[in-house]
Amino acid sequence: MQLLEKKLFLKGRLDKFTVPEKLKAFQKLPRKEIHYIDLSQIEMIDSAGVAFLESIRDALSEHDPRIINARADIKKTIKIFTSKKVINRVSMVRENLFENLGSAFLLWWKSVVDSFKLSADIVFWSIVGIFDRKGQRKGSVIVQSLLIGVDAVGIVSLLSLVLGLILALQSAAQLRQFGANIFVADLIAISMVREMGPMMTAIIVAGRSGSAIASEIATMKVTEEIDALKMMAIDPVRYVVVPKFQAITICMPLLVTVSIFVGIIGGLIVAVTYLDLSVVSYFTEIFAILTFKDVFIGLMKSVFFAWVIVIIASYYGFRVKGGSEGVGRVTTLSVVASIFWVIVLDAINSLIFYF
Amino acid sequence: MKKAIISVRNLVAKFGNTIVLDKISVDIYPREITVILGRSGCGKTTLIKNILKLYQPHSGSVKIFDEDIIGMEDQDFITILKRIGMLFQNGALLNSVSISDNIAIPLEQHTDLPRDIIDKIIRVKLELVNLDHAMNMTPSELSGGMKKRVALARAIALDPEILICDEPSAGLDPLTSSSLDELILKLKDLLKMTIVIVTHELASIHRIADRLIFLDKNRVVFTGSLEEAKASSVSEVKTFFKAGRFE
Ligand SMILES: Nc1ncnc2c1ncn2[C@@H]1O[C@H](COP(=O)(O)OP(=O)(O)O)[C@@H](O)[C@H]1O
Ligand SMILES: [Mg+2]
Repeated sequence: MQLLEKKLFLKGRLDKFTVPEKLKAFQKLPRKEIHYIDLSQIEMIDSAGVAFLESIRDALSEHDPRIINARADIKKTIKIFTSKKVINRVSMVRENLFENLGSAFLLWWKSVVDSFKLSADIVFWSIVGIFDRKGQRKGSVIVQSLLIGVDAVGIVSLLSLVLGLILALQSAAQLRQFGANIFVADLIAISMVREMGPMMTAIIVAGRSGSAIASEIATMKVTEEIDALKMMAIDPVRYVVVPKFQAITICMPLLVTVSIFVGIIGGLIVAVTYLDLSVVSYFTEIFAILTFKDVFIGLMKSVFFAWVIVIIASYYGFRVKGGSEGVGRVTTLSVVASIFWVIVLDAINSLIFYF
Repeated sequence: MKKAIISVRNLVAKFGNTIVLDKISVDIYPREITVILGRSGCGKTTLIKNILKLYQPHSGSVKIFDEDIIGMEDQDFITILKRIGMLFQNGALLNSVSISDNIAIPLEQHTDLPRDIIDKIIRVKLELVNLDHAMNMTPSELSGGMKKRVALARAIALDPEILICDEPSAGLDPLTSSSLDELILKLKDLLKMTIVIVTHELASIHRIADRLIFLDKNRVVFTGSLEEAKASSVSEVKTFFKAGRFE
C-alpha cells in the first residue's frame, strides 16, 4: 500500500486473508491526501476486498475518493459484491420515553389478558371435561396423575423429611433452654401445614411437572402438532392441557398431605432422640394444636398453586417462538414465573387468612 | 485436457456392511458446472460427504487442489475446507442464531476480518440471494426455500473456489429455482468458481450443466457433456432424458 500524489495504490491480492493487514496499514495513512484509489496492481479481489474498499470509502466520505485503473474482471467482481443499497446509517425511529412506557404497558396488558383467557378456557373445559370426555386424550387423566403425582412422592417425601428434621433441630436448642420441649410439635405442625408443606410441594411440582408441561406444549407447537390438532378441529387446550389440569387438581392435595405427614415424622425423630419426648405426647400435642381451618386452608392453597403452575406452564408453552431453542427458553421462563407466583400468592394468602 | 480440481479414484463408501459407492472414480474440472444425477438413495450425498471427509471413505483416494486428502492431518484439511463452500440438502442452518449470524460464523471462524467488513459481506451475500430483508430473522421464521437461499449465502460467504450444492432447488418454486440458476452461472462466469450440483431438474440442467455424472447401482454409469448425455445409449441416461426424471 502506497500513497503517491493523492493516489492510494493497492497491490497484490485483496482478499479475506490480506484485508486485516491492509486495514491496519490504512489507519496509518494521512486520510486527507487520498483522492484516488488505484487498483492497477491488484491481482485478485474477493467480497472481503470489496467490503474493504467500501469501508475505506466510508472513512473518506468527505472527499469521496474515486476508484481508478481496475482491470475488467476486478471491476466485475466489485460490481457483484457491492451492496445495492446505499448503506443507510441505521437511523432507527426512536420512541420517546412515554411511547416506550406505553407500548411496554400494552404488551404487558396483552399478556395479562391472554393468560386470563387461557385460564378461563382451561377451567371451563376442565369442568365440562368431567362429564364429557370427548376431545381429550384417552386415559390421559390417569396417566397424568401417575406422572405428576405418584412419581413425585419419593422426592417430596425425602425433602419433607429433611425439612422436618431441620425445622425441629433449629428450634430444639432454643426450646430446651426454656424447658419448652413439647412446643417443637406445635412448631412443626403449624409450619408444615400452613406453609412448608404446600410451598415445598408446589416448588417441586413446578420444577418437575410445570417444566414438563411447558416443554411438551412448546415442542408440539414448534413441530406443528398443535396446528395439526387445530386442522382436525381438536381444541389443543382441551386435548393437551385439560387432562393435566384435572390430574394436578387431584394429585396436589395428596402430595401435600404426604409432605405434611413426613415432615411431622422428621420432627418426631428430633423430638424423641434429642428432646426426650414420647411419641404419644408428640402426636397428642399435634392433634391439639391443628385446627380444621389450618388443614383446609393448607390444602386449598395447594390446589390453587397447582392451577397456577399448569396455567403458567401452558401459557408459556403456547407462546413459544422459534425452533428447538425456543422450547428451552419458554420452559425456563415458565418455571421461574410459576415459582415466583406461588411465593407471591402464598404471601397474599397469609395476609388474608392469618393477619 | 484440463486438469481436475477434484479427483476421486476407486472410492468405496460403506454404511456398516452395505456398500453405497463401489469403486467410484470421478473428476471435477475447474470453472465448470458439474451436475451429479441419480435416483434418490443412490449415494449422491454420500459421495459428496466422502469427498469432504464428513464421512470417512472406506478405501480409494480423493484429491482436491492436487492434494491427497484422505491421510491428511485435520489442521491441513481445514485450509482446504476454507476454499470450499457447501450447501447441504436440508439447509442445515443453525436454528438458535439469526440469519446474519449464520453467515457470519464461517467468516469469523476462518478469517480475522473486523466486524464492519463482515457485516458488509453478509449484506451483499444476502442481496445476491435476494434475502437481505431477512437479515435479522431466525431460520425458524423462514420458509423452506428461503432457508435454502440463506444456506447458499452461507456457502459462498468465503468466496470459495469450489461450491457444492446438494439439491439446491428441491422444494423451490420454478421462479426462485431459475433465479438460483442465474446466480450459479454468475458465480461460475464472473467469479470463476468450480461448481458441483446435485439436481434432477431438467430445465435447470439445460441452463447450467457443463458436465454430467450419472450414478446408478453404486457406480458411475455415465460422464460427459450435456450433448453426449442426450446421445448416450446408457439406458439409465436415456430414461432420464425421455421421462425428465427417474421413475
Ligand atoms: N447415515 C447413514 N447411515 C446408514 N445408511 C445411510 C446413511 N446415510 C445414507 N445412508 C444410505 O446410503 C444410501 C445413499 O444415501 P444418500 O447418499 O443420502 O442418497 P442420495 O443419492 O439420495 O443423496 C441410501 O440407501 C441410504 O439409505
Ligand atoms: Mg441426498
